[in-house]
Amino acid sequence: MKKIATIAIAGLVAAASLNAADFKGSGASFPYSVYQGWIKAYNKATGVKIDYISEGSGAGIKHIEARQSNFGGSDKPLTPRVLKKNGLYQFPAVVGAIVMAYNIPNVKNIKLSRAAIAEISLGHIKFWDNKLIKMSNPMTKLPHKKLTFVHRSDASGTTFNYTYYLSKSNLEWRKAFGAKKSVTWPGDHHIGGKGNPGVGGLIKQTPYSIGYMDYADAKSNAIAMATVENKEGYYIKPELKSFQESAAKASFDPRKDFYAIIADPAGAKSYPIVAATFILLPKEKASMDKKVTAFYDWSYKNGANIASNLGFVPLPKSLTSKIRTYWSSKGIK
Amino acid sequence: MEKIFQKISFGSATLVLIILIGIFISLFIAAKPAMSEFGFNFITNPVWNKEVVIASPTNQVKQNTNVNQDDSVVENDFSDDDVIPMDDELNTNSTTKTIYGGLVPIIGTILSTIIALAFSLPIAMGIAVFLAEIAPTNISKIVGGAIELLAAIPSIIFGMWGLYYFAPLVADLFGGFQVSLLTAGLVLGVMILPFMAAITRDSMNTTPDVLKESAYALGATKFEVIKDVIFPYSKVGIIGSIILSLGRALGETMAVAFLIGSIFQLPHKLTDPTISIPVALANNFGEASGLGMSSLFYLAFVLFILSFAVISFAKFYFLRKENA
Repeated sequence: MKKIATIAIAGLVAAASLNAADFKGSGASFPYSVYQGWIKAYNKATGVKIDYISEGSGAGIKHIEARQSNFGGSDKPLTPRVLKKNGLYQFPAVVGAIVMAYNIPNVKNIKLSRAAIAEISLGHIKFWDNKLIKMSNPMTKLPHKKLTFVHRSDASGTTFNYTYYLSKSNLEWRKAFGAKKSVTWPGDHHIGGKGNPGVGGLIKQTPYSIGYMDYADAKSNAIAMATVENKEGYYIKPELKSFQESAAKASFDPRKDFYAIIADPAGAKSYPIVAATFILLPKEKASMDKKVTAFYDWSYKNGANIASNLGFVPLPKSLTSKIRTYWSSKGIK
Repeated sequence: MEKIFQKISFGSATLVLIILIGIFISLFIAAKPAMSEFGFNFITNPVWNKEVVIASPTNQVKQNTNVNQDDSVVENDFSDDDVIPMDDELNTNSTTKTIYGGLVPIIGTILSTIIALAFSLPIAMGIAVFLAEIAPTNISKIVGGAIELLAAIPSIIFGMWGLYYFAPLVADLFGGFQVSLLTAGLVLGVMILPFMAAITRDSMNTTPDVLKESAYALGATKFEVIKDVIFPYSKVGIIGSIILSLGRALGETMAVAFLIGSIFQLPHKLTDPTISIPVALANNFGEASGLGMSSLFYLAFVLFILSFAVISFAKFYFLRKENA
């Protein structure tokens, strides 16, 4: 009996160690699909096993702060001051975009001005034929139908990045709400969906609705996406090319631990609602950090296609070389 | 052997009690910070997750200068971000505090349950009477089997079906939003229907034939037999079925999460979206921390008390009456 038990336990332990990852990270759900793709490819190439749990930026920051994970993922960069206080390093991993997805039967190619997006989010625009929307769509016949705004019902980095953009483009939003992972949305005609798929499902289901969601999810679900006015007044289609323009405009400075929120960049061709997502590493665990940076180094080099296929923007070469220098200077490369 | 068996069965029985009390205590402890912060106002306050400034303006200015000093090396780009309010996970000495109130999810839970019961109770009774008394045996078997299968469908499937096929129908019939209190309540009703119907049918089937036959012999019609013999006889079972379904409707999470609209806002009409306690928990637990987390536990505690109260009230009130 005892022998059988011992064997069983040994077997369990062996099975557990077979499954165990070499290191694990947790945090932001926004880049989850990209990390998953990279982890799989990296495992194939090198045999290293990595676990990434998509639990949200807030939890990711908490866990890396408490040193319960080997690296943390956050959609919100931490300021150098906070990083210093908690003994963390930080670098960007990938850039993604948020689109205004909508569902208006028989109407296509909607254009939205900055003011229109803000007013929709603030709940001020009640009907689709509002003059703010009409102004940017003179050729389109907009129906006099109630507009339903769809947002996330759970706390998320997507909401943080979207509301950060709103805070930059609209003073009223900035004063009333700011950039938050979860918002008590104003207005009286809005509904919440869980996760990006939930928001996508609701938009698809609800005629005359509009909401913000990841480009990747909107694209894979074939939901119509609005063309959006950027900082310089040009209307930009949500597509990889324009996201790349935005990413190139971002000023990541290694001296500031790459602290930068890249929403609403300058440039005539830049798409406005973009976001970078970041990786956090504990300062004191240099040898483990080296393994993590090796993974991201490999992913920068070989993972560009995986990222762009998922609708994300791989970091430009100029930036990745800055990140490598940052790693070397901190002794974690 | 006898003794061991007795001990084991006694252990199993007490285990349930211990788990129940354990859950109660751990919920209470986790909800304690929110309870002492908001007290009973939590239950009547319709505002969830709203920030209010608590510090004096001088304090705020001081903090801002601090920021600038620390970041002096890299000050140029920070001016912009500092004026945008953000949540800061790692900064505890904040100048604002967040208010949590549970009225909206509590109302949402109660209303969706009432809608579900109002919808399913008459249908379930109709099904049960039909199956137990009216239908020929082979039809009764087929329909009965279908009802039991309905009970076996996982709730997420009800949620998806509800969102894609039922919600547009409800919006067409009643107007308003596709995902709303009404949609959630009706789908909940469909979900609890099989429990109610199956248990009610089974308890109706336990009516002794002698009783029914004597009633018929006295000249009672079928309707009178059902009304005056079968219903009184199987009352306990019927109430039991309602209590069981009530428990399920109060705690249902996944299907309702798809259908209720998930916004913290009191519904003005039945077709408005709102939120229920389990949905609020499921949506916000992942990223909650501090007082927000504790408030979620407070909500869970309220749900626990609510279902406990409803079920024990139903049990004691109806069943005592029955015994008397």
